[in-house]
Amino acid sequence: MGYDPQNPMKDRITDIGPPHYEKMFPQVIKDNYGKWLYHEIVKPGVLKHVSETGAECYTVRVGSARLLSLEFIREVCDVADKHCDGVVRWTTRNNIEFMVDAESKVQPLLDDLAGRGNKFPVGGTGACVSNVVHTQGWLHCHTPATDASGVVKAVMDELFDHFTNMDLPAKCKVALACCLNMCGAVHCSDIAILGVHRKPPMVDHDAITGLCELPLAVASCPLGAIKPATVKDSSGKEIKSVKVNADRCMFCGNCYTMCPAMPLADPEGSGIAILVGGKVSNTRSGPTFSKLVIPFLPNTPPRWPETVAAVKNILETWAANARKYERVGEWAERIGWEKFFEITEIPFTDKSIDDYRLAYDTWRTTTQFKFTSHIK
Amino acid sequence: MPKHETPLMDELEKGPWPSFVSDLKRQAEKNPQCWDIVGQMELSFKDRMTHWKHGGIVGVFGYGGGIVGRYSDVPQQFPGVAHFHTVRLNQPSSKFYRTDILRKLCDLWERRGSGMTNFHGSTGDLILLGTRTEELEPLFYELTHDLEWDLGGSGSNLRTPACCIGKARCEWSCYDTQATCYGMTMKYQDEIHRPAFPYKFKFKFSGCANDCVAAIARSDLSAIGTWRDNIRINQDEVKKYITGDNVANGGGIPGKGEKFDIQKEVIDLCPTGCMWMEGDTLKIDDAECTRCMHCLNVMPKALRPGVDQGASIMMGAKAPILDGAQLGTLIVPFIKMDPDNEFEELVDVIEKCWDYWMEHGKNRERLGETIQRVGLPTFLRVMELEPIPQHVKEPRSNPYVFWREEEVEGGWQRDVKEFRAKHAQ
Repeated sequence: MGYDPQNPMKDRITDIGPPHYEKMFPQVIKDNYGKWLYHEIVKPGVLKHVSETGAECYTVRVGSARLLSLEFIREVCDVADKHCDGVVRWTTRNNIEFMVDAESKVQPLLDDLAGRGNKFPVGGTGACVSNVVHTQGWLHCHTPATDASGVVKAVMDELFDHFTNMDLPAKCKVALACCLNMCGAVHCSDIAILGVHRKPPMVDHDAITGLCELPLAVASCPLGAIKPATVKDSSGKEIKSVKVNADRCMFCGNCYTMCPAMPLADPEGSGIAILVGGKVSNTRSGPTFSKLVIPFLPNTPPRWPETVAAVKNILETWAANARKYERVGEWAERIGWEKFFEITEIPFTDKSIDDYRLAYDTWRTTTQFKFTSHIK
Repeated sequence: MPKHETPLMDELEKGPWPSFVSDLKRQAEKNPQCWDIVGQMELSFKDRMTHWKHGGIVGVFGYGGGIVGRYSDVPQQFPGVAHFHTVRLNQPSSKFYRTDILRKLCDLWERRGSGMTNFHGSTGDLILLGTRTEELEPLFYELTHDLEWDLGGSGSNLRTPACCIGKARCEWSCYDTQATCYGMTMKYQDEIHRPAFPYKFKFKFSGCANDCVAAIARSDLSAIGTWRDNIRINQDEVKKYITGDNVANGGGIPGKGEKFDIQKEVIDLCPTGCMWMEGDTLKIDDAECTRCMHCLNVMPKALRPGVDQGASIMMGAKAPILDGAQLGTLIVPFIKMDPDNEFEELVDVIEKCWDYWMEHGKNRERLGETIQRVGLPTFLRVMELEPIPQHVKEPRSNPYVFWREEEVEGGWQRDVKEFRAKHAQ
């Protein structure tokens, strides 16, 4: 019996949830659940976990594009069947993990992966640039200000050696969100690539009546820049619509989320902002937000050279100057943000001075500062 | 669906990082609609704009979430992606997969969709990317019957919970994150599948303060593992780090190859200054420790979390839309996370919060925004929690206290005539 379109509710199964995680475990994980004693990073991309029982689990971590075809997943399954007793795992940062229960099984696995072209880059451990978490972009989203997969590919091609080596002062998490909705929460990343708009929404008066609830469109604006208005549509008919006070717009795009008749993306207006210095871990200092240091870079597909160069500059300037263990934000805090701008040679603009709510918290209210080239 | 000329996309087949373009082309041999994905994306690269329309309500009967509608705005040019809906599958906790199950899923999605996926979406779901409306019911039927697998969340509901790798392969996990994640997912199936909240609500479960699922940055309710007794020290292993027989950071931060310096790399970086050496013995004043994990990260063989373990509950984290980003605020400093009582203490926290937020949260207001609007003191009263210094970084510096009438002797009702009798105008 399969699905019966005449009777879709017949034998319906609902609310069964995901498969139980224990069903998915390899034997070494099942046997040592909760018994792990310590771990080592044998070399970049290879982890060794040792259990109280003496058992060992070796993990080979590889980067992935996140956007994966079934043919690729079947190839992942082939590798896992051949080396890992038919189990594979994905990490939060879209890396793939192949696990084996003996050191002797590691090299054959690495050799197999290396023999499959550039599909399985081994790395993403320790003091490296781990895989970029990112959103859908032009591949599958209706609100993006930039692409996601394409920018990430261009950035990771350039930072590749920092993925496969542990040559940085600390880990560096790079993330991309293609609009301010941030479905890939980038706001606490060491380096965040964020799609931003710079043109206020247009109003499609011909379409708004059918597409939008006007009160919701009005209420969607956090700055009260959208007001109800009576206007003429293109046929000259008077209709109820909205008008936008462009001077108040901060280009958040929330109106477009609520009302499809208010598009704001634009080839020239939309692009990328770079934020730096965020982290989520509580190690040493508490979690922090990333800070906006480059307000705008243009969308330049297919390889976004300006964005790639900006990320590389920040990464490598941090790597050359930070102390061991210092995340990007911890380094910038220690030397002071004025020094950060000076050393990275990123021009400081008024766009980096907060003028939204709670802005005052970020203004300097002490006589302590450093004399950098910014003071003429 | 024919292949399109895609010179811009083809450029992304070069370089050392895995190419999603090559991968799309590979799948196109089996699912020709992938040629239209590449084609439409090429057009976006040319136009520097997206070509996807605003959603549209699609789904399966009885569920209000789990499927996200998506349509091309150039369907004549790219009919293969005219409908291109997203299906969110609830991932197994911490994302281990047996290949026999994955292969069955591959066969299903090759028949019912585009053959492209995301492993995984940001919230954690396994994303099946792109199918037509008429495929949704048969797909759901086969998914539930043949794979015993269910959809995740979307819309104003409980989003698919996610967790770190936890006790499966980590020595630091202070509670069973997988059991908790799975337990809460099963307990709240209705809340995941049928939107009844003011807005989205996310759970994330991290086993320690390293927070590998970024719970503190993006979940309305996060449980982050911690302990309330003493860090377990193995002094022999400490000595081996000092002599160089153990490699610091498990080898993960080689630096410039300098010799390990416990004073510089551990003791001086401790945020509370609660560690010191007495001879070759490491001492920790645990009462001063804030369990930041730095020393454990650096010396994993020598230091382990204490044994009285549980979790801190943080609430209200979110990305910037709309009132600005928020990190999770500490609400419950410590609770036990006990599978044997079905996480009773956690459930109590969750349900108290939901009862209030479902009644008082405004449309499209995340919990963090509700807490900001009503104030943390009000929210703590709702949660029936005594305010403690741990709830704040520092006491307020303005004097604008919202006293309640019942807190003030004699209440607020006064007679102005009586006042005037003693005080001429």
